[in-house]
Amino acid sequence: MNAVARASAWMTGAALPNRRDEAFRWTDMARVMKALPPASAPAMAPGWPGPFHGLADREVVFVNGFETGPDLLVLGDERVAARFISDTVSSAHMARLKVQVAAGCKAVLLESYEGRGEAYFANTVIEIELAAGARLERVVVLDEPETAVSVSTAEVRLGRGAHFAQFVAAAGARLQRHETHLVHPGQGASVRMDGAYLVAGARHADITTVVEHVGVEGETSQLVKGVAADQGRGVFQGRIVVAHGADKTDARMRHDALLLSDRAEVDAKPELEIYADDVACAHGNTVGALDENALFYAQARGLPAAEARAMLTRAFLAEAGDRIEDEAVREAARHWVEERLEAIAS
Amino acid sequence: MLSVHNLHASIDGKPILKGLSLDVPAGEVHAIMGPNGAGKSTLSYVLTGRDGYEVTAGSASLDGEDLLALSPDARAAKGVFLSFQYPLEIPGVPALTFVRAAMNAQRKARGEPEVTAPEFLKRARATVAALKMDFDMLRRGLNVGFSGGEKKRMEIFQMAMLEPRFLILDETDSGLDIDALRIVSEGVNALRSPGRAMLVITHYQRLLDYIRPDRVHVLAGGRIVASGGPELALELERSGYDRYGEAA
Repeated sequence: MNAVARASAWMTGAALPNRRDEAFRWTDMARVMKALPPASAPAMAPGWPGPFHGLADREVVFVNGFETGPDLLVLGDERVAARFISDTVSSAHMARLKVQVAAGCKAVLLESYEGRGEAYFANTVIEIELAAGARLERVVVLDEPETAVSVSTAEVRLGRGAHFAQFVAAAGARLQRHETHLVHPGQGASVRMDGAYLVAGARHADITTVVEHVGVEGETSQLVKGVAADQGRGVFQGRIVVAHGADKTDARMRHDALLLSDRAEVDAKPELEIYADDVACAHGNTVGALDENALFYAQARGLPAAEARAMLTRAFLAEAGDRIEDEAVREAARHWVEERLEAIAS
Repeated sequence: MLSVHNLHASIDGKPILKGLSLDVPAGEVHAIMGPNGAGKSTLSYVLTGRDGYEVTAGSASLDGEDLLALSPDARAAKGVFLSFQYPLEIPGVPALTFVRAAMNAQRKARGEPEVTAPEFLKRARATVAALKMDFDMLRRGLNVGFSGGEKKRMEIFQMAMLEPRFLILDETDSGLDIDALRIVSEGVNALRSPGRAMLVITHYQRLLDYIRPDRVHVLAGGRIVASGGPELALELERSGYDRYGEAA
C-alpha cells in the first residue's frame, strides 16, 4: 500500500501507526490518539490572510477538510495557493488534493496549513504530477497550534525532463508530520527537497522524504535545517533510493540541526540505498549546539549575547529557505520563519 | 587609557597570567612580544571577556573604568576591539549585515542613534576602497571561504568601521603575504590618533616594521619581563627569547 492510500485508510478505521512501525518510530500517532476523534463540522472560510497573502494568482481553500474550490488543480504558468484550514476543536478531518502541472509550464504551489482550533487531527493527502518539461516549486508552511495532530502525505510523479523543487517550513504541533514520496525518472529531471523546522515548547515536527531514483542521470539535492528549543523535538527521515540501473545518479542529502536547550531532541535518519554502480551520492548529518567561538566573536564586536544567538540561529536556518527560486515567495517564507524564530527566542 | 595591574588569570585552574602589569596611554602604540605559550592570546581574551578565562587577582581598566566587570559586548561599546588571530566564519551573515548590527548595538548601548542605511553604505564603500577590498566580499557570508589574508583584511575593515578607542591586534601578521601586510598595516596606521591606543601582539618583529610601536614589552611566563623602545624588538629578533630563560 502506498503512503497516500495508507494515510487515507486511517479515516475509515485502519489502525494508526505507532513506534513499532519503522517509518513512524519517532512519530507515534497511536500514543497521542487512542481513538480517531469524531468528524469535524464545516466552518467559515478563514477571515485572516495566510502566510502567502497577496502572492497567489488564485487559491483553493479547504476548511476542516471541506473544499471551496476544485480538488483537481491543473496548473499553468502561475502561482496557486492551497490553504488547508483547521478551525475546530477535538475532531478529525481529511483533505485530498490532486495537482497537475501542464507540459512545459512553470508553476508555484503555495501550500499552507493554518490551524486555529485545538486538539484536532488533520490528515491531508496530495498527489502531484508534473508533465514532461514542467517545473513546480512547492513551498509549504505548517502553522498549527501546539495541541494539534497533523499529518500531510504527498506523492509526486515527474514526467520526462521535469523539475520539482520543494521547501517545507514546519513549526511543529503536538505531532506534525510532513511526508513526501517522489519517484524520480532521471533522464534530465531534477529534484530539490529542502526544509526547515523550528520547534519550541513541547512541539514535535517531522519531515520525512523518500526519493526513489529509477532512471539514469537523475539529480536530487536536499538541504534540511532544524532548530529545537525547550523540550521541542525535531525528526528528519530522509531516504534516497537509487534503483538497479539508475546509473549516473547525482544525489546529495544534508541535514543540520541546532539544539538550543538541554532538553530539546532531534532524531535524524539520513539513508542512502544504492543498487546502481556508477553514482555520485553523499549525505551529511550534524546535530549540535551553537558555535561558542562564533558567539564570542559576535559579542566581542558589540552584539549582546541574546542578539548574537538570535543572529547566528537565524542565519543557520535561513540557508535552506534561501534556495527557494521565486524571490517574492522566498521573502514570504523567510518572514514566516523569522517571526516564528523570534517567538522562540523571546 | 588602558591600565592593567598585577593581573592573574587561569584556564581550567591552570595559571597563565601571573601578575601582569601594563599601562598604555592614549595616543600610543605598544607591542607585546613573547614566545609561544607566554600568555599573549590569554591577555587579549581576558581583556575582551571571553568565557573560560578566570581572573583570580588584579585589575584592568579603560580610562578608569573597570573592564573586568563588563560583558564582552559592553566592553566593545566602551571602545575595546580585538582583531582575532583566527577570525571566525559566520555562514549566512554577510559582513555588511554583521558590522551594521554590531555598530547599532554599540550605539544603542551608548545611547546614540542608529546609523542610517545610506550613511552606513557610504562609509562601507569608502573603507573598502581604502583597504583595496572588493565590495562584493561584504555581501557574502562573513569570512566564509576567505583566505587568511582576506580574513585579516576583513578584521581591519570592521575595526575601521566601528572606530574603537582601544585596539588589540592579536597576531595580525600571521597568514599575510608582504603585500597584504602592507595594506593591513596602512589600515591600522590610518587609525592612529591622539585619542586612541593600540596593543599589538606579535611573535615576530616583522609587523613592527610597518606598525611602529612607541613601546615594546616582552611577555614571558605570564608577566611582562622587559620593556623598552622600538629597539627592543630588533634586539629580540637577533637574540630570541632565550635570555628570558626560566620565565619563558
